Amino acid sequence: MHSKIFESYQPNDRSALIPLLQDVQNIYGYLPENALRDISDFVKVPLSRVYGVATFYNQFRLTPLGENIIRVCRGTACHVKNSANILFALETELGITAGQTTRDKKFTLEVVNCIGACSIAPVILVNDDYHGRITVKDIPKILKKYQTVKKTETAEVMK
Amino acid sequence: MVQLTINGIKVNAEEGMTVLEAAKSVGISIPTLCHLKNLDPTGACRICVVEIEGFKGLTPSCAYPVTEGMVVTTDSPRVRKARKTIVELLIENHPQDCLICVRNKNCELQDLSEQYGVREHRYVGETKCHAIDISSASMERDPAKCILCGRCVRVCHEVQKIGAIDFTKRGFTSIVTTPYNKGLNVSDCILCGQCILVCPTAALREKSSIKEVANALYDRKKYCIAQVAPAVRASLGEEYNMPLGTDVTGLLVTGLRRLGFKKVFDTNFAADLTIMEEATELINRIQNGGSLPMFTSCCPGWIKYVEMNRPEVLDHISTCKSPHEMEGAVLKSYYAKKMGIDPADIYVVSIMPCTVKKYESNRAELSADAMPDVDAVLTTRELVRFFKTAGIDFNDLPESEFDNPLGESTGAAAIFGTSGGVMEAALRTAYFKITGTELEHLEFEEIRGMAGIKEATVKIGDLDVSIAVVNGIGNVGPILDEVQNGTSKHHFIEVMACPGGCINGGGQPIHQKPEKVAKRVKALYKIDENAKTRRSHENESVITLYREFFGEPNSHKAHEILHTEYFDKRKIFKN
Repeated sequence: MHSKIFESYQPNDRSALIPLLQDVQNIYGYLPENALRDISDFVKVPLSRVYGVATFYNQFRLTPLGENIIRVCRGTACHVKNSANILFALETELGITAGQTTRDKKFTLEVVNCIGACSIAPVILVNDDYHGRITVKDIPKILKKYQTVKKTETAEVMK
Repeated sequence: MVQLTINGIKVNAEEGMTVLEAAKSVGISIPTLCHLKNLDPTGACRICVVEIEGFKGLTPSCAYPVTEGMVVTTDSPRVRKARKTIVELLIENHPQDCLICVRNKNCELQDLSEQYGVREHRYVGETKCHAIDISSASMERDPAKCILCGRCVRVCHEVQKIGAIDFTKRGFTSIVTTPYNKGLNVSDCILCGQCILVCPTAALREKSSIKEVANALYDRKKYCIAQVAPAVRASLGEEYNMPLGTDVTGLLVTGLRRLGFKKVFDTNFAADLTIMEEATELINRIQNGGSLPMFTSCCPGWIKYVEMNRPEVLDHISTCKSPHEMEGAVLKSYYAKKMGIDPADIYVVSIMPCTVKKYESNRAELSADAMPDVDAVLTTRELVRFFKTAGIDFNDLPESEFDNPLGESTGAAAIFGTSGGVMEAALRTAYFKITGTELEHLEFEEIRGMAGIKEATVKIGDLDVSIAVVNGIGNVGPILDEVQNGTSKHHFIEVMACPGGCINGGGQPIHQKPEKVAKRVKALYKIDENAKTRRSHENESVITLYREFFGEPNSHKAHEILHTEYFDKRKIFKN
């Protein structure tokens, strides 16, 4: 499926590594292992280095996304408004830690540095919906809303 | 020439030299951690910082080139404070278990802590927590002890060109590991152990077999036999403060007897045997049109590399087992029969300069009747530890000789331990086998030394034999390409995975200086020069072995016991 992306690059060119990773992620929404191996063979860079680059940059992910992406703002304003507790509550509720996806592939939990909505801190972003001034108590209610919701656009891209 | 001042001393340095090198040339030592001689500096650890006049911040001396009129201070309160802080921060994120660490008293972090007088824990915080990787038969990887200096990564990528491990993730979670943090056993690693030699701490170390060997030695039913590789005798003395390149063969034999080995044999005997088999195989291939060029098969790291990366050339590799496996196989067949011992009771321990040999001894095809040819492998470093535990004071031991008949060897076998040695030994015997006359000048200077690829043409009778010696697995790529394209002009190619050969193997005493390796090599060439016989086919015990047991080199029986087969393992490792 990703073999076409190599057409626009020169083989054995190390500088093509990051653009190739980005192209693969655009196709799958994440970086599958066999794609990393193919890239490693194509640019003649050891797999360990390809993996190193893929894990170094926050833009790359090595696991598929869940249907819903929850982004918890941990910027300064939200931090002051106790976003650490929000994150902890979400982790407890979903049974995963930040960066992971639930086993039923419903939710992916991510931490972001600031989403620029400080006036409504603490804030979380679920897919494209902002939930501001939330407390720990609101979390089960918010999650429940998305448990049943139809697949989002982000998930659509992946298919 | 550039003139600069370091600590008030006028220094004439060559252009392009770094401040670190210039300081070293006048006897000023600057501590380093990430620095590796002959490789490009990364400036990652900052422990080598110095003050340069006119510069606002401190400058890493390993990466900064000298300029005319530069005024450098390598030791000032500011420099000392910076270095001490770096050491303190490293220590705080490192397990505090020096007392039970395998690198205790041989650790660069420990040395720096002492040098900068770290006496308290000033930074207490979260410490990293990683599992130990014990998946491979040869090595252990303990990322919790890693200080992220990156020396292993650079040796693996830039020297060996394997690239099995690299930095992954970032910041606090950064870790040097294999792709997907899998075990070394399923990675591209060939287990050469060069990373162990450069690791400042115990993050990379060999998998110890001391316990199982000790258990076998205490088992009354077992008939324990030790065999010693050529490279071990030239390096072991370093661990006992002997001058570099001291030949400790006599002491080593006594030491092993005192450990409880019933017999102590010499792997050099099997090296001579290898030469008989390998030279005959080469001549057969040349005369009967077999796959040429033929590669040597003594180095298990090289074999592992080909099986995983270039299975297409497997039929070019000599089918001979490596010398210590041959010795083990002969011990459990010929010797057992001769002495009336049940081969199942024989426990063969190889003392090797090599970590891959541990993996090799586990290979299923290197066994007979479900008995491995070699039961356990101890590296040079492990043997030193074993001696210590057993209360053997190595320096004061009397000298003694190897047992016979599998202890006799020629000078040709001794040089197996260095790059070019197997080739040289094989040529001496091949010359005799083809022409029927002895070679007069035994030293092949063209294939000695530390160059990456050494090539020569040798006239044997009417035949011009083209040979090549690959010194370090990092240099093998172009040679393999030639062989695969069918453009190789060579007949015989020796490959050793470690730069310098076994003498610089991954199981040798930890060192950081390349000049040490050169001194060890000299010791081996000296053993060869002083040997009574210097050609493998003159080894009386080998001749007897053929007369009594094998018949002739490459006979059916020899093939059964002394030869092996290789497998295409690319599918296992690349999927």
